[in-house]
Amino acid sequence: MSERSVEEDLGMRESFIDTTTDLLAEDPRTALVLADISAASFAPAAARHPDRVLNVGIREQLMLGVAGGLALTGLRPIVHSYAPFLVERAYEQIKLDLDHQAASAVLVSVGASFDRAAAGRTHLSPADVALLDTLSGWTVHVPGHPAEVPGLLRATVAAETSAYLRLSALSNDHPYAGAGDLVVVRDAGPGAALLVAVGPVLDAALAAATGLPVTVAYTHRPRPFDVAGLRALAGTEVILVEPYLAGTSARLLSAALADRPHRLLTLGVGREELRRYGAAEDHLRWHGLDPAGLRQAVARFLTPATAAV
Amino acid sequence: MTSLATIATRVAEAAAPLDGRHPVTPLLERVRAGREFGPNVYSTLDVLWVLYDRVLRITPATVDDPERDRFLLSKGHAVAGYYAVLAAKGFVPPDWLDDQGGPESRLGDHPDRTLVPGVEIGSGSLGHGLGLAVGTALGLRAQGLLDPRVYVLVGDAELDEGSNHEAIAYAGAAGLANLTAIVVDNSSATHGWSGGVATRFTVNGWTAATVDGRDPDALHTALTGQHGHRPHVVVAVVDNQA
Repeated sequence: MSERSVEEDLGMRESFIDTTTDLLAEDPRTALVLADISAASFAPAAARHPDRVLNVGIREQLMLGVAGGLALTGLRPIVHSYAPFLVERAYEQIKLDLDHQAASAVLVSVGASFDRAAAGRTHLSPADVALLDTLSGWTVHVPGHPAEVPGLLRATVAAETSAYLRLSALSNDHPYAGAGDLVVVRDAGPGAALLVAVGPVLDAALAAATGLPVTVAYTHRPRPFDVAGLRALAGTEVILVEPYLAGTSARLLSAALADRPHRLLTLGVGREELRRYGAAEDHLRWHGLDPAGLRQAVARFLTPATAAV
Repeated sequence: MTSLATIATRVAEAAAPLDGRHPVTPLLERVRAGREFGPNVYSTLDVLWVLYDRVLRITPATVDDPERDRFLLSKGHAVAGYYAVLAAKGFVPPDWLDDQGGPESRLGDHPDRTLVPGVEIGSGSLGHGLGLAVGTALGLRAQGLLDPRVYVLVGDAELDEGSNHEAIAYAGAAGLANLTAIVVDNSSATHGWSGGVATRFTVNGWTAATVDGRDPDALHTALTGQHGHRPHVVVAVVDNQA
């Protein structure tokens, strides 16, 4: 995650707002449910589509309940708030008002793990993807660049299944197109370790891998994970870098490679509540997700092969 | 399991007792199968029957019709009477009742909308039906479906769940005129509702009627008495000892 891109929060969020506004105009099945967050930005869309842009106030349980009800009538709801309020606070509504009803929606969050670090623990959500991972059939996108957002949002809204788009204040320098299959960004040749970077941690991972025998692949879609791509690229050493709770995708990678000897290193946000404020960049450093921290962890993992590095 | 095509004949045999008992009593007895049911079941039976017999515009042939009325049972633990009523009205074969809760049964101790024809929501965990009902009412309105009504049944103890109050407040503010909530008040809320259940709704702009939950005609009048541009609540007061 490049430091210059903290301001890209507006980029991802604005990209979401613009695309959703277009979708509301293009498809009368599309509806938007808010709990005050971003409501002002959707005011023009609400004026044009008052029956399909629904701000329920600061009522996140109702936000998801309404989404479930809308879906049961045949609409395609997009549900949006800060990640901890959208996923953590309303988890049972996601489980029961959507999944148990066989209803689906597209959930779009902002805030990510620690975009608003100065706001403290209440606004941090490193466990959102892990929580959704307790459910079945969800598509999860973690865009790494604002330009990736419109296509992903349109694709998930056009689909019939539930999806979660995790927007962040942090981003990579360049977007990557595609549906989310692994893309090789740096090829270190045969026998190299494979590092898989999810979303906005790619640039830091690339910087960390400089000079190391590590192939770097990127995805913005941790669910469903590109198992076939992983099996095609992976050798015996695999490193996974995720911008949310460390190890969230470990079970999938382990299962995908269960038939071959391998070593797996999973890096991400730690479980400990740090009780520190600062900026997102500070938290990246404290969780070892900055280039220096990642390089140290990767080099240690590869020590038998790269002791001299 | 019996095919739906044979339902009408089977219902005629199974329902409509001639001894003055409630029309669904024989079917409820098949669900009960010797078990003890509590007030959660018996307090709800009358309002369920009035809804399906006299109010709801839905039949087994229209369970997927966009123009149908919707009934959402939020207090899913009252499901025994619900199953009996659904069987009496031909939504499910009566012989499904005989294996309720069994390993091959579609009828659990809480309903699953994907397993039971005519069931609009799966429920069990309390405090979910009203929010889903608000969303359903909004969805119908957004699609210009202004004739169907959405009915959701909750318990007075279920109202303890905070999610209900998010829904009550918003439905009133949004003027959801196509929404009717039914609260079966059998005085089971641990701390009660001072001032009465209805005031919790009317303070947010709902119209309200509080009636004897055992009186079919009073229930019918209250359930069909909604008017204007506001959501409506019917509080069906039931004495558990009666």
